Amino acid sequence: MRAAVITFPGTNRDGDIARALRMAGAEVIQSWHAEHDLPAGTDLVVLPGGFAYGDYMRTGAIAARANIMDAVRAHAARGGYVLGVCNGFQIACEAGLLPGVLMRNAGLKFVCRMQHLQVGRVDTAFTRHYTAGQVIKVCVAHGEGNYVCDDETALRLEGENRIAFRYCDAAGDITRENPNGSRHAIAGIYSDNLRVLGMMPHPENLVESLVGGTDGQGLFASLVAAE
Amino acid sequence: MKARVTVTLKTGVLDPQGKAIEGALKSFGLEGIDSVRQGKVFDIEIATQDRSRAEALLKEACEKLLANTVVENYKVEVIG
Repeated sequence: MRAAVITFPGTNRDGDIARALRMAGAEVIQSWHAEHDLPAGTDLVVLPGGFAYGDYMRTGAIAARANIMDAVRAHAARGGYVLGVCNGFQIACEAGLLPGVLMRNAGLKFVCRMQHLQVGRVDTAFTRHYTAGQVIKVCVAHGEGNYVCDDETALRLEGENRIAFRYCDAAGDITRENPNGSRHAIAGIYSDNLRVLGMMPHPENLVESLVGGTDGQGLFASLVAAE
Repeated sequence: MKARVTVTLKTGVLDPQGKAIEGALKSFGLEGIDSVRQGKVFDIEIATQDRSRAEALLKEACEKLLANTVVENYKVEVIG
């Protein structure tokens, strides 16, 4: 598994996610947003968290128009894997890789805390190391994580089983502990071919028991094992 | 030419910032404010003197970057 981790001006989680991928056994190449091409043989593109372009105008909006994003869209169109975390999810939506948009948290506050998630389907390249309905504990750190889409898109996401993770409490109740007002408690969604995943929470923070848990490891282990 | 692009949230899209501003205005005791919706204004200078070309250019700028049409509407005004 060769992963290209893209750095935009203002990205700050690229090092952490590269480390989590390497720990899981991936080969990681760091890429710069101004490049026109992805590294040869890229299997997975990672859009990391941070505050690309200072979140100016709309989160992810300017980064989504960076040079490298044409190559990322082409990679996704070929069926390549893309993982967008936090700001990377916002960028993926703005770039048209995923439907909808992330808006200001309903409570207006930047939310930084541990967060339980309910895992959706486990037959994708991102989640094979989890069990269906499993409750995992990772963390969130965002001011704009409120997933918004039109009714038709919401129905399609539900109907096609494309909601990857939902916010929930420790018991798996998705009507509780929604940190940002997200529709249907959506914490992460897949593209229609299930090869692009965008999620607000940070699995890369939870890969060491020393710093609070290892529930994020399953995602990286799944990806490294993916064809 | 000068132009102004106004980007506003579509009806029904939650606007917590607008709500907070509304609450602040009401807390001053200002009478008669029903609601506030927040948006953005872009003042843009354009090289062309052709009004219809300017409008087409700005529309493209809105579609490509200035507005996210999933949740936002935009209005283009060429001021001249």
